[in-house]
Amino acid sequence: MVNNIEVLERGPEKSTLEQEKILQIDNLKKHFPVKSGVLQRTKGHVRAVDGINFYIKKGESFGLVGESGCGKSTAGRTIMRLYEPTEGKITFDGEDISTQKERHLFKLRREMQMIFQDPFSSLNPRKTVGSMLVEPLKVHGLYKGSKERKEKCQEIMSRVGLNPSFLNRYPHEFSGGQRQRIGIARALVLEPKMIVADEPVSALDVSVQSQVLNLLDDLQVDFDLTYLFIAHDLSVVKHFSDRIGVMYLGNMAEVAEKTDLYDDPLHPYTQALLSAVPRSHPRERKRERILLEGELPSPANPPNGCVFHTRCPHVMDHCKEIEPKMQEVKPNHYVACHLYE
Amino acid sequence: MDENQMKQEVKPPPQVTGAETLGKHESMLSIILKKFFQNKLAVIGLIMLTIIISSAIFAPWLATHDPNATSTLDRLAPPSAENWLGADHLGRDIYSRMLYAGQMSLWVGFAAMLSATTIGVVVGSVAGYFGGWIDGVLMRVVDIIISFPSIFLLITIVSVFRPSPEMLIIVFAILSWTGTARIVRSEFLSLKKREFVLAAQTLGLPKRRIIFGHILPNAIGPVIVAATLAIGAFIITESTLSFLGLGISPPTATWGNMLSDSQDLTVFLTAWYYPLFPGLMIFITVLSFNFVGDGLRDALDPRVVEK
Repeated sequence: MVNNIEVLERGPEKSTLEQEKILQIDNLKKHFPVKSGVLQRTKGHVRAVDGINFYIKKGESFGLVGESGCGKSTAGRTIMRLYEPTEGKITFDGEDISTQKERHLFKLRREMQMIFQDPFSSLNPRKTVGSMLVEPLKVHGLYKGSKERKEKCQEIMSRVGLNPSFLNRYPHEFSGGQRQRIGIARALVLEPKMIVADEPVSALDVSVQSQVLNLLDDLQVDFDLTYLFIAHDLSVVKHFSDRIGVMYLGNMAEVAEKTDLYDDPLHPYTQALLSAVPRSHPRERKRERILLEGELPSPANPPNGCVFHTRCPHVMDHCKEIEPKMQEVKPNHYVACHLYE
Repeated sequence: MDENQMKQEVKPPPQVTGAETLGKHESMLSIILKKFFQNKLAVIGLIMLTIIISSAIFAPWLATHDPNATSTLDRLAPPSAENWLGADHLGRDIYSRMLYAGQMSLWVGFAAMLSATTIGVVVGSVAGYFGGWIDGVLMRVVDIIISFPSIFLLITIVSVFRPSPEMLIIVFAILSWTGTARIVRSEFLSLKKREFVLAAQTLGLPKRRIIFGHILPNAIGPVIVAATLAIGAFIITESTLSFLGLGISPPTATWGNMLSDSQDLTVFLTAWYYPLFPGLMIFITVLSFNFVGDGLRDALDPRVVEK
């Protein structure tokens, strides 16, 4: 699979230019209360996202990676305002959207859309594809008249590689890859500026994965899209992103340009992650493999200081007490680690 | 990107992935009907119900006698060419009374079911979707209503007020929406976490649309099943009350009060046909509703449709 995808890797032409920021995340936190007992008293919090900072430039793909349970999906959903942020600021297109009420979010809904992970759970089994695509157009009052709306839906269908005559079909009649295309069509129908793709290919067969990734790539150019691409598969992210953020236990460990991150990972966690990516080339196989000890700690009770200190091969005394700050070690290469202070 | 730009940039579809070769298209309704008609008992139940319901609707044309006309000469007459199923202790034609009784029993059953289901669906949806204190308050109300000993409450209410069909329907509805509310709430609790609901939220659809347009259609299967079974239960309860002399007051016939009138020992021993036929009607009707309910349970299960 690494082979397939590396062939498709995008060129460097659009990644390094100075572009305006479309999304800025400042110290974003999302804690879920843990309730127990008859009276449902709050017994603590799961710190799913615990203060992350990053920005996304207009027209780029920002990859957010990390292992399961590190809070990357929660971060995506909080940015979409599906969850109420506990703390912090989300600035989208120059506007603070972190505290807006549902009524005011309505406009945002047109500009920021989401593609979900599981194509089987993300489509309503009781609705036809057509009604799924038409409904948002109706609610947002786009395209007066049902004929125009239907034409728009047909156009989107063919744009994502599906036969427009399938608008009257139900989701169960499609395969996983086709369903994911429907999910993409639904996200595109309002013509958003930005799409949060929450592991859009991890539930698909490898052969279908690259097709869907190529489709997303094409759509980015045609619709002038910005992506926040959430994934746990490093080779997928490498193919797809311009810049990458690595998350660990609700915190951002490292943010860098793709090539920078893959060639010179600075954070010990990123180094361990990259060393775990299987290589197909025999000459590259000799590389040292960094094995992490222990389990991912529980986000309900994260370690003090640097959250990674329990598994870090370079752990120092003050890592256990002082939380490292995000700092720019090289141009556009941010890392939160005491090794670089 | 605006509309004009979009039109210019329409490209030939990129790699259509075997999408052209979908199976034959079937509407949701035809899938459900097909599943339903595979269940023999459900089909038998449906046929029985069709007969029973149409016989109640067309009672005025099917009846051979005025249901309330007494005739001293025919008291407890056995089945004959004149009185097909015999006559009761006041000489009224059992066959004709049974048809009209069906009207009343089914009306009470359906109306009570509709009201109870409506209340239950609305309360359950709101509690399940919003959760938090709204859910807490509504579910405690449900707990309180469930903890009333309903048969005694029914007896008290109908003995204080004059029992009319409307009265019974209201009391039944108030006492029995709780089951539906719990079913709907639990369906909502699991469905609202599904990604298609999140997708509806990210599209900015109003809450009302999400609750009733997106989640409810997926929760409706168990509700329809519960509603079908509830009609049978209401008919039984109405019969119970009538049997205790607290149901719909005579001379209006219901299957329950016909059964109750026949419970005199002398009647019982000499005129076996008097209690038999109304009893049989209750039995067959409730059984048919249960069969149909079971059939619907299988036919409406979304997991079956998924495959």
